[in-house]
Amino acid sequence: MKTIDLFTSELKVINVGLTSFKESLEQEGVKVVQVDWRPPAGGDEEAMEALRRLMGK
Amino acid sequence: MHQPSQREVRVVDIAEANKEALRRLVSATPKLVGMGKAIDVVPGMKKNMLLHSGPPVTWDRMCGPMKGGVIAALIYEGMAHAKEEAETLAASGQIEFSPCHHHQAVGPMAGIVSPSMPVYIVENAAFGNTSYATMNEGLGKVLRMGAYSPDVIERLKWMEEVLYPTLDRAIRFLDGMDMKSIMAQALHMGDELHNRNRGATSLFYRAIAPAIVRTTSDPLVIERVLRFIDGNDHTFLNLAMATAKASLDPARSIEGSTMVVCMARNGTDFGIQVSGLGDEWFTAPAEVPPNALYFAGFTKEDANPDIGDSSIMETAGLGGFAIGAAPAIVQFTGGTPRDALNRTLSMYEITIGENTAYQVPYLNFRGTPTGIDIRLVVEKGLLPFIDTGIAHKDPGVGQVGAGLVDAPMGVFKKAIIAFSKMYA
Repeated sequence: MKTIDLFTSELKVINVGLTSFKESLEQEGVKVVQVDWRPPAGGDEEAMEALRRLMGK
Repeated sequence: MHQPSQREVRVVDIAEANKEALRRLVSATPKLVGMGKAIDVVPGMKKNMLLHSGPPVTWDRMCGPMKGGVIAALIYEGMAHAKEEAETLAASGQIEFSPCHHHQAVGPMAGIVSPSMPVYIVENAAFGNTSYATMNEGLGKVLRMGAYSPDVIERLKWMEEVLYPTLDRAIRFLDGMDMKSIMAQALHMGDELHNRNRGATSLFYRAIAPAIVRTTSDPLVIERVLRFIDGNDHTFLNLAMATAKASLDPARSIEGSTMVVCMARNGTDFGIQVSGLGDEWFTAPAEVPPNALYFAGFTKEDANPDIGDSSIMETAGLGGFAIGAAPAIVQFTGGTPRDALNRTLSMYEITIGENTAYQVPYLNFRGTPTGIDIRLVVEKGLLPFIDTGIAHKDPGVGQVGAGLVDAPMGVFKKAIIAFSKMYA
């Protein structure tokens, strides 16, 4: 798909994370699929570092 | 807290350790073998000791319903005659408080176990361990919900003097009862074995009723005991909890395992224990269930924060984890059987495997999601989901509703940080 096509065809969006983006698009009539995603450990750096060391073991 | 030095950090195969922890949990053979008085059978029980639910807590930090349960137990034991006297005694330092989980026991809600209270004895022959739980008193105004009025004490005395010997004789006459079989069948009858135990209680009733008739001569005792079992759908809850406890304990202390072996609340703190981290508790403040159904006349303002050892059911892959099997209580999950199934499906995201014996019919008899991995909880930000009873925040009132609550993320973060310090 060429970039220009984005502006001439119907917009279909996959939104990851914050649902407010999904809701805003839906209010404009845009079709959106929501992916329920949150940052690992809720973004807590110490817990993320612990997780990095322990995953895949 | 134990802080290992760099030299002590151990390199382990977490996946293998978790596989072994799950194997032990699902291959348990829990059997109800009889009953006894707590002072006679519960390890470490003392005459001046009261067991309570959740992680350790002192009298001054206990929530209202737990204080109410302590008051009830001290009156029941004849150690106090009224509320004020019981409170003075509880605060005096003469009463030793200890978590049920430190004594191979579990207790719903306040979880108070006093020396004279009869307990069920569940043996896990496959691993040679035993667990204990008191009998269920029914709903509403009961000790485990913090009530201590004369009718509550009178019922407890009847349970000790009449119900206990009657049940004990019948259980021993049957040469014990296979708990796993009853629970597996109950999941096919619409139970999830935390907030719905109607199927399991019915199966228990069918099995024990002929044995009660055979071993008890007084027809009025037989009638009252059978009516008591039949009249309380949660009769089986305490047995299910003792079964879950007996099944989980062999999975404790496996080096390198990130599997949760205990989730428990004392109404003040929510605590977990993790297999590879020994008996250390990781705690965070307990929360009021945000989604709940309240009895007429009560609201969220009346609710105590989350309380009880009954989250041992979710730890074992039942309760909220199996709510997709229990369409009759879908109101707790906010709507439809599909919502309940989605709750169960989401728990597969944070568990190590499935229980081959316990199945969800509506998922083509898929095994329930079993063995919470602290790594998956922290990675996905997806919290273990518990469906639970709710006690009034003040002592003396009792149950006010039932609802849903997530385990707090704080306990899993603390545990994973401790785990990463102990293991490479």
